[in-house]
Amino acid sequence: MKFTLSWLKDHLETDADLNTITDKLTAIGLEIEGVEDPSSDLSQFVVAEIVKAEQHPDADRLKLCTVSVGADDYQVVCGAPNARAGLKGILARPGDTIPSTGDVLKTGKIRGVESHGMMCSARELNLGEDHDGIIELCNDAVVGTSASEALALEPIIDIALTPNRVDALGVRGVARDLAAAGLGTLKPLNGEPVQGTFESATKVDIRLPESDTHLCPHFVGRTIRGLKNVESPDWIKSRLVAIGLRPVSAVVDITQYINIDLGRPLHAFDLRKLDGDVGPRLARDGEKILALNGTEYTLNERVMVIADAQSAHAIAGVMGGEDSSCQADTTDIFLESALFDPISIATTGRALGLVSDARYRFERGVDPASTIAGAELATRMITDICGGEVSDLVISGAAPDVGKTVPFRPKRVGQLGGVGVPAPDIQDILERLGFQVEQISPEDWRVTAPTWRRDVDGEHDLIEEVLRIHGYDEIPSVPLPHVLSTRSSFTFDQRRARTVRRALAGRGLGETTTWSFLSKEMAEVFRGELPVVPLQNPISSDLDVMRPSLLPNLAQAAVRNAARALPDVAFFEIGPRFEGGHPEEQVLVAAGLRAGRDTARHWQGAAHEVDVFDAKADALAALEAAGLSTDKVQVGGPTNIQASSWYHPGRSGTLCLGPLVLAEFGALHPVTLKWLDLDGPVVAFEVFLDRLPKPKRQVGPARAKFAPSAFQPVERDFAFLMDDVRPVGDMVRAVRGVDKALIGAVDVFDVYTGEHVESGKKSIALSVRFEPHKATMTEADIEDISAKIVAAVERAVDGRLRS
Amino acid sequence: MDQHEQLRETLLKDITQASDLKALDDLRVGALGKKGLITSLMKSLGDLSPDERRAAGQTLNLLKAEVAEAIEAQKSALEAAEINKKLESEAVDVSLPVRPQQTGLLHPISQTIDEVVEIFAPMGFEVAEGPDIEDDFHNFTALNFPPDHPAREMHDTFFLPTEEDGTRHLLRTHTSPVQVRVMQNSTPPIRVLAPGRTYRCDYDITHTPMFHQVEGLVIDKATHMGHLKGCIIEFVKTYFEIDDLPIRFRPSYFPFTEPSAEVDIGCSRENGELKIGAGADWLEILGCGMVHPNVLKACNLDPDEYQGFAFGLGVERIAMLKYGIPDLRTFYESDLRWLRHYGFAALDVPTLAGGLSR
Repeated sequence: MKFTLSWLKDHLETDADLNTITDKLTAIGLEIEGVEDPSSDLSQFVVAEIVKAEQHPDADRLKLCTVSVGADDYQVVCGAPNARAGLKGILARPGDTIPSTGDVLKTGKIRGVESHGMMCSARELNLGEDHDGIIELCNDAVVGTSASEALALEPIIDIALTPNRVDALGVRGVARDLAAAGLGTLKPLNGEPVQGTFESATKVDIRLPESDTHLCPHFVGRTIRGLKNVESPDWIKSRLVAIGLRPVSAVVDITQYINIDLGRPLHAFDLRKLDGDVGPRLARDGEKILALNGTEYTLNERVMVIADAQSAHAIAGVMGGEDSSCQADTTDIFLESALFDPISIATTGRALGLVSDARYRFERGVDPASTIAGAELATRMITDICGGEVSDLVISGAAPDVGKTVPFRPKRVGQLGGVGVPAPDIQDILERLGFQVEQISPEDWRVTAPTWRRDVDGEHDLIEEVLRIHGYDEIPSVPLPHVLSTRSSFTFDQRRARTVRRALAGRGLGETTTWSFLSKEMAEVFRGELPVVPLQNPISSDLDVMRPSLLPNLAQAAVRNAARALPDVAFFEIGPRFEGGHPEEQVLVAAGLRAGRDTARHWQGAAHEVDVFDAKADALAALEAAGLSTDKVQVGGPTNIQASSWYHPGRSGTLCLGPLVLAEFGALHPVTLKWLDLDGPVVAFEVFLDRLPKPKRQVGPARAKFAPSAFQPVERDFAFLMDDVRPVGDMVRAVRGVDKALIGAVDVFDVYTGEHVESGKKSIALSVRFEPHKATMTEADIEDISAKIVAAVERAVDGRLRS
Repeated sequence: MDQHEQLRETLLKDITQASDLKALDDLRVGALGKKGLITSLMKSLGDLSPDERRAAGQTLNLLKAEVAEAIEAQKSALEAAEINKKLESEAVDVSLPVRPQQTGLLHPISQTIDEVVEIFAPMGFEVAEGPDIEDDFHNFTALNFPPDHPAREMHDTFFLPTEEDGTRHLLRTHTSPVQVRVMQNSTPPIRVLAPGRTYRCDYDITHTPMFHQVEGLVIDKATHMGHLKGCIIEFVKTYFEIDDLPIRFRPSYFPFTEPSAEVDIGCSRENGELKIGAGADWLEILGCGMVHPNVLKACNLDPDEYQGFAFGLGVERIAMLKYGIPDLRTFYESDLRWLRHYGFAALDVPTLAGGLSR
């Protein structure tokens, strides 16, 4: 919302300077978006008059203008529809820099005719959005003088408004807030009705279905005849130009002006174009209307239009129609002031992609009491400037009752706000904002909101008003009372995930954060048994379903880095995978991927290419960091559960606790790699953190008692022959199981196939460490346990001790 | 005597000239061994008169000691030379590079969330989490969004397809639904932080369809806006590690808080460079306010009994500001070069005692 300082001062009696005003605006919640001083950019431009405007010999839409700056004339080709002889505007000459583009203007040839300058639009000079025509200055602008002077440029204040503050969408509302905040007094507004002298032949008629009458509860109009739709006086034109609007004619400008001044949209129809009574109705499906912006819109039954007996003349609350718009020769008008349903206007505006100052206000909620008052104010301005004869108002419906009365306990200001505001000050603030205060008792008030504060609904709204105007800066800041807590701020699961994160980073994996969504094609490859969870409105087609796995995103990260000549990457991510489309179907996963070599080539040895055991080590490290003792973990579980289909079937596995799969790891399947367009080797793992068991009961920080054995540990090596296809893991497990108390470690130190080992067999060398706790082991003890180990291996994997 | 003196000179000369331990040992045996020269001379003393024997014995003993000492000295010297020779042969070029090791790194989002939690933890906040896929009630209705609020539109919020029973889930647009879940499932006093992923249909220079927020919530019977200010000021100054950081609270509007405020911090913009700290400009950093009574009611808390505040901040935003990361979109590009530049070492755990950042 933009306005100039002098415009504000029309409503606010104040001595405050610009800085004080802008600081206060921000402090009361009308945040300063910017203060522009447009004169600084415009010193080079001059006021020029079009002395001759002829048709361009070669282009219908272009005019060949002779433009005078007093001393010199320039030939300028101009495409603006309003370019005409006698118009005074702003000329940019070759060499001038156009503020909106930063380009330096050059002499050009347009359709074969030389153009030695440009008549500027408001947008080109950064004076507004208007680009429909060139700027029109008032007649007494002096040709050849500087543009900044002619435009009477003054600082333009731009404020950002929160959606609840529709009352501040008019300059007067801003002034009221500033006055309430002690920056002056609000000047009175002349709201006297204008006495009609005849009955309007055009009546108003709300033609909405019973179920939709709320879309327009109040519709008011009046005929003004015999007026002269002259050019607006300079003070109106310069204010409109300053905030980026283009003056058109007095009648149109006045409706625009009141929209900004009071936040009250109005519309004036040329009465010549109206046939019969006027009022809102729903559009017919496919009904078309050419709007004032020159665009034809095709409407549907949810769009409200303002129509006469024949056709639609405006998109209600959004934009008027071109056909019935007021022209310079218009003498009789029908002035419309109505109240529309905010949701309906917002829906229409969005559906049509049509933005306007009227829509902006209606969709936020215009003051219901302003329907008649706005019509009266506009009538007064129109007759003051254009003359004419005024009819009585014609009215359909009525202003809804919106001045809500709410109970208010003044002590709640201090209780919620943490600042003591004396009751008289509270009352004063509320009243200056337009609220009516009735004190039932000192502790119990009834406060009635003004009609322009439809956002006020209860006591909390009033507390906010008081605190906002009193000033947030006045609230003393105090620390939260200390609460003794002996717990971590994190839950067990959160701590676990945090530890895993730093553990994986400690293993050389770089953490990444990737989208929770990916392409359907990707999901299909990596979803296994999980359903596809599509988004209804994805941001793009390659991000259209929720991810069933983190790996595709990590793989794509590897592809992108490889494209930047970084093929050796190690990434991990801890984040959700989506096993379905419901809130409870989200599972936290730690996933990682290593590609290429895990170190650079080095003079001491060949670089190591990543393999399945890197991924297995990562997964085990993650489980261990999560607090799981990894010797409880069994590869494949009791039923030899395989990793998912995107892994190499012979180089992958699962880590299980009983039948529960805690993690999958492996080299990626060659087909998957090819599909991903990724060169191998690539290994990956996924640890399902949410599946990890939680500790059964809270264990304190104290450790079990340290009880080192007093007896000498013994190490013995064994070599077994076993079928090549049987897992060594089962052998190790069997050995451990022989005597868990005695056997401290079982290490596989050799795996051999080839010469001296019959085909289909492999030789496995184990080192077993015995840690006796009761007595030093005798040779007989060692013989005994060794025999048990041999027997266990035979039972478990049909392995034979090598002789 | 001459004989002794001659022997002495010869032996000492030979000893100092011995070039290896073997030659030295041969000399030792030749002089001091059972059949050595000195030993033989000692044996021949018996043939002398007692006086001569005493004098010659004394001389021989001295000679024996002197020779033994010389042998020891030469032995040490030869051993030292041998070690030096060995060391010389073992020398390597220590300017060669060491064995490479991969260094892992943490993403700035994780690190920033850890920093935020670290600051709020001493104030008694606990971390709460909620699902990314939410329902309309938790994301909008309970948070006092009116039924026609534009945030509920498809152009702002990601929706999942409508199910057979008419329910339609969505990707949460903020972490505020965690507030609702916490209030529904616990009894005040409440002090929680809710970090997490959030989603909005927006993708340009300053927006990504997914981003991270941290939500804060305090509910009890007495917490007021003064506490809100105290809490936020402490956080903001600690996070940015600037004691005199100017902070202002500006009235604003959110459906789920009232009164609401946006918090700005001081900054300066000179030559296109943004610097946090006292300066001519302000920079919006977070939104906050007193929890709206309608939100309390939706969570079955009586607004006449309970009150408190909530705040929400963008993790990427505060990370960008603190660490000078210019482009939001780069957070999600998994560019290894970016991670090496902006990432954090695994052992860089932010603590208040050890410093939040290095």
